[in-house]
Amino acid sequence: MIWFETFIQGVLLGGLYALFAAGLSLVFGIMRLVNLAHGDLIVAAAFVILLIVEFTGLNPFLSALLAAPVLFSLGYILQRVVLNRVLGTNILPPLLVTFGLSVALQNGMLETFSADSRRLPADGLENQSLDLGIATVGTLPLLTLASAVAVIVLLNRLLYATPLGRACRATSDDPVTASLMGIDPKKIFAIATGLAMVVITIAALYLGLRSNFDPAIGPARLIYAFQAVIVGGLGSLWGTLAGGIIIGVAQTVGAQINPEWQILAGHVAFLAVLILRPRGLFPRARD
Amino acid sequence: MTLETISLTAAYGQFKALFGIDIQIAPGEVVAIIGANGAGKTTLLRSISGVLGSAPGMVHHRGDAIGALSADSILRRGISMVPEGHKLFPSLSVEENLLIGGQVRSGKGPWTLETIYTLFPILRERRRSPATALSGGQQQMVAIGRALMSNPEYLLCDEISLGLAPVVIRDIYAALPRIREGGAALVLVEQDISRALSVADRIYCMMEGRITLAGRPAELSREAIHAAYFGTVAEEARP
Repeated sequence: MIWFETFIQGVLLGGLYALFAAGLSLVFGIMRLVNLAHGDLIVAAAFVILLIVEFTGLNPFLSALLAAPVLFSLGYILQRVVLNRVLGTNILPPLLVTFGLSVALQNGMLETFSADSRRLPADGLENQSLDLGIATVGTLPLLTLASAVAVIVLLNRLLYATPLGRACRATSDDPVTASLMGIDPKKIFAIATGLAMVVITIAALYLGLRSNFDPAIGPARLIYAFQAVIVGGLGSLWGTLAGGIIIGVAQTVGAQINPEWQILAGHVAFLAVLILRPRGLFPRARD
Repeated sequence: MTLETISLTAAYGQFKALFGIDIQIAPGEVVAIIGANGAGKTTLLRSISGVLGSAPGMVHHRGDAIGALSADSILRRGISMVPEGHKLFPSLSVEENLLIGGQVRSGKGPWTLETIYTLFPILRERRRSPATALSGGQQQMVAIGRALMSNPEYLLCDEISLGLAPVVIRDIYAALPRIREGGAALVLVEQDISRALSVADRIYCMMEGRITLAGRPAELSREAIHAAYFGTVAEEARP
């Protein structure tokens, strides 16, 4: 029974990792850009939500709703002004630029918010639990997983059932030919990064509600997100959810065996998948 | 209304591909551009369509200098291209490939999903298939349909018969008169001289980045075309 509970906890934790990873997966899927600042952007978004909570007194959920359009705009501008300039056939410049952005964000947040760890006020939500009959689960972790599933369903609908999504997929296939269709690839990329920032806002909301955060924790979130994306298979959003859950389950099972093994177990699961299925579990048919 | 290039030059790095090209295409006209491999035909179309940037004044459309516009702006002006080798979007179905052609500009004209399916009925049957699961000829039909979906004023076609079986080429060329009736001017880049001569109002022949011959098919002798195409002077013309 304890193992079943552990498994459920792992699945729920996987929801958080899937949220960390969904934005990364979206950006990589559309523009083959590996954003090394992704984890720091999640932390920055958590600080933005915290600022809105402190200035307006609204609860974190409503604050995240207010933060989302702001962060969408910031993502759009970041892509238009910075990242579009370095995207090309060479993958190194965008890697270096996002690495630089990561360092700058961490130091900027350290200067602005200090190294103190902070938390979004959850008003007791973090202590609530639901008895599902087969297991008792925390309300907040369940909400996290539900949000992750909702995010992935919505992103898939956007990509596969709207003209914007069609333009995104076409641009991902071949930006030059997409421009012959009247599509401006740079604008599509900017919208994609804006959307990724909205997903990042949701990830930041649950990050800040569930645990403490400080300016230095971004890179570790990036690693979990990376592992989820790669385990799931590059470019597949459902794969990213599955990848997040696998990393989450591995971590909770590892922690159950020995509390010191939590993080290690996640890495071991990641390496095992890499050895058995180097392209991830659900790779896209092409590339 | 005319589309024209004025002393258009293009280069890939150090390699000069076009040396001052002057061509004019009137609305509704069918113009073929013939020439051997490497003559610069594809580069010419890529320059007009905005894939390759050039100086603003090198391409004019309706009196505006459009040489420096991006490909998406050129499409919005009504100049659409069927690129060499179809270049369909593999992640999109046949129908999605067609829809994306008219997504940004649908223009005034006869071309809709329905009329494209009437022009190429096989595409209606295969509309849910991934575009790259189709045969080469069917993919070319999708590429032509996709370019028509914006109801362009000018349709630039790059080697639409390349690599296709003769029977398939015949089907595709059979559709050209109907495309013409739809009001679009056609610019056909071709290596197949006789096919180009059979459909075009006027032809331009290119060699090594220059226009070597221009005129109406009826006015041009076989020898003159041969000389302009291959760069060899006919035997009897030699001193």
